[in-house]
Amino acid sequence: MKIKLDRTLCDGFGICARRAPEHFPLDDWGYASLAGNPVIDPTDEPAVTRALLDCPVHAITALPEPGRSDTGSATTAPESAQK
Amino acid sequence: MQHTFSSAGGLAVVPYPGSEPRLLRLGGGVETAYEYRDSGGYRPIGAVTALADTVERSGLRGRGGAGFPFAVKVNSVRAASPAGAGAPAGWTETVVVANGEEGEPASFKDRWLLRNRPHLVLDGIRLAAALVSARRGYVYVSDPESERSVVAALDELGGAVPGGPELAVVRVDPGYVAGEETAAVQAINGRRAVPTDKPPRPYEAGVAGLPTLVSNVETLANLPFLDRWGADAYRAAGTALSPGTFLATVTAAHRAPALYELPYGLPVTDLLALHGIPADSVRGALVGGYFTGLLDSTFTGLTLDHETLRRAGSGLGCGALAVLTEECPVAVAAAVLNYFDRENAGQCGSCFNGTAAMAAATTALAEGRAAADDLDRLRRWSTVLRGRGACGTLDAACNTAASLLDRFPQEVGAHLGNSCPDCASTPVTDRAPYRVETEALL
Repeated sequence: MKIKLDRTLCDGFGICARRAPEHFPLDDWGYASLAGNPVIDPTDEPAVTRALLDCPVHAITALPEPGRSDTGSATTAPESAQK
Repeated sequence: MQHTFSSAGGLAVVPYPGSEPRLLRLGGGVETAYEYRDSGGYRPIGAVTALADTVERSGLRGRGGAGFPFAVKVNSVRAASPAGAGAPAGWTETVVVANGEEGEPASFKDRWLLRNRPHLVLDGIRLAAALVSARRGYVYVSDPESERSVVAALDELGGAVPGGPELAVVRVDPGYVAGEETAAVQAINGRRAVPTDKPPRPYEAGVAGLPTLVSNVETLANLPFLDRWGADAYRAAGTALSPGTFLATVTAAHRAPALYELPYGLPVTDLLALHGIPADSVRGALVGGYFTGLLDSTFTGLTLDHETLRRAGSGLGCGALAVLTEECPVAVAAAVLNYFDRENAGQCGSCFNGTAAMAAATTALAEGRAAADDLDRLRRWSTVLRGRGACGTLDAACNTAASLLDRFPQEVGAHLGNSCPDCASTPVTDRAPYRVETEALL
């Protein structure tokens, strides 16, 4: 999973930092940035996906990844693709 | 031998003594199509692969600020085009944008080129379009006189550059962020001229979603020289890693501003001598415009090339050099941070809050109202806010704050509880350092 945080859209709700704090550190005013690598470790994907889905302004998106069947999807891959 | 002349407005324009200028032109007035052709311009384009090879070997670096290798940018656009790098000319859909918006307050070189040598720029666009097989191009400006000059030049050519792409001129309101490459793409796409977050970058998805080469006007203006004289001739000036010449807008208190064409690697002391500033009077400098922050008097021991300035923790940027002599560095930094507070795009929360906070802290310092904990906060913001904006504005503000604290600790300490005559002379919230001096003469 590869993600992008659009800092021009972030409105500082801070929900992402509650879902996946190590990936979305907040500044003094509550605005998020994406820490480290935009390619998310599989073990962190559930929390980051939760952050993505819960962002009220859709500032977090999943980016296409060549060779991955759920490319571009904002949710987890369909069951058929996971097998 | 020193050639000096003035443009219509009074800015001194000076090629480096003893060398033939490549970008500046001896003789006043706007260069006509006839004059440009007569001096060897608008040559028929030969094999594009040969031109691409010349560009690669030349080591040409971008003149917009980052100094990014031009050949790498070209190759990225070619690789992102639908048919890949091997597509025949005219077949792929790519776009070229000549970025002449020049949002940097202390710089004037792009506007000078567009106003005085529009055909050199148009020829550069033609060659760049050939490199990436673009059929469409844009000249992106905010200066009305630059727009008039380019339109008049296109009229001279019957509306189009022979052998070049279909061209349009797009003018926006001037602004610091409007010159950023994604802001240019936004404006051409009919939106507000503010940066977008990355990815995508313009080479991936730019104008109309197509792979787009956004290149600074001065960068493009180097292509006709390269095409005509080759990579070795280009490398005859400059250093191995910063080859060629560059345009430097030089401002300093109590001296008329000037536009110089200088070989990369020139010792700062040589430029100071050229501009009539005693080296021992130099207190510091804003190098590369407002982006890279302040240098102290060690500036005088450096050379003007990307590698040296980067090692010194600064950068050559767009070649704007503002020399501090009597000015208080606290006042300069506070004024620059207030400028970023006014001029940021108002999009990223970390940026519009962070620039306002850093501007307020340095304003308090300049006005003698700051306490030690204000400086602690300023230091922390200059570190933790870095990289939190979609464009470079917040990083520029962090550079300004950090360089003030690191390079002028005595001056900063002396302002705790005390203002100084320079800081008190004009409110720091109303200044745009080193811009007024340039524009007042034009």
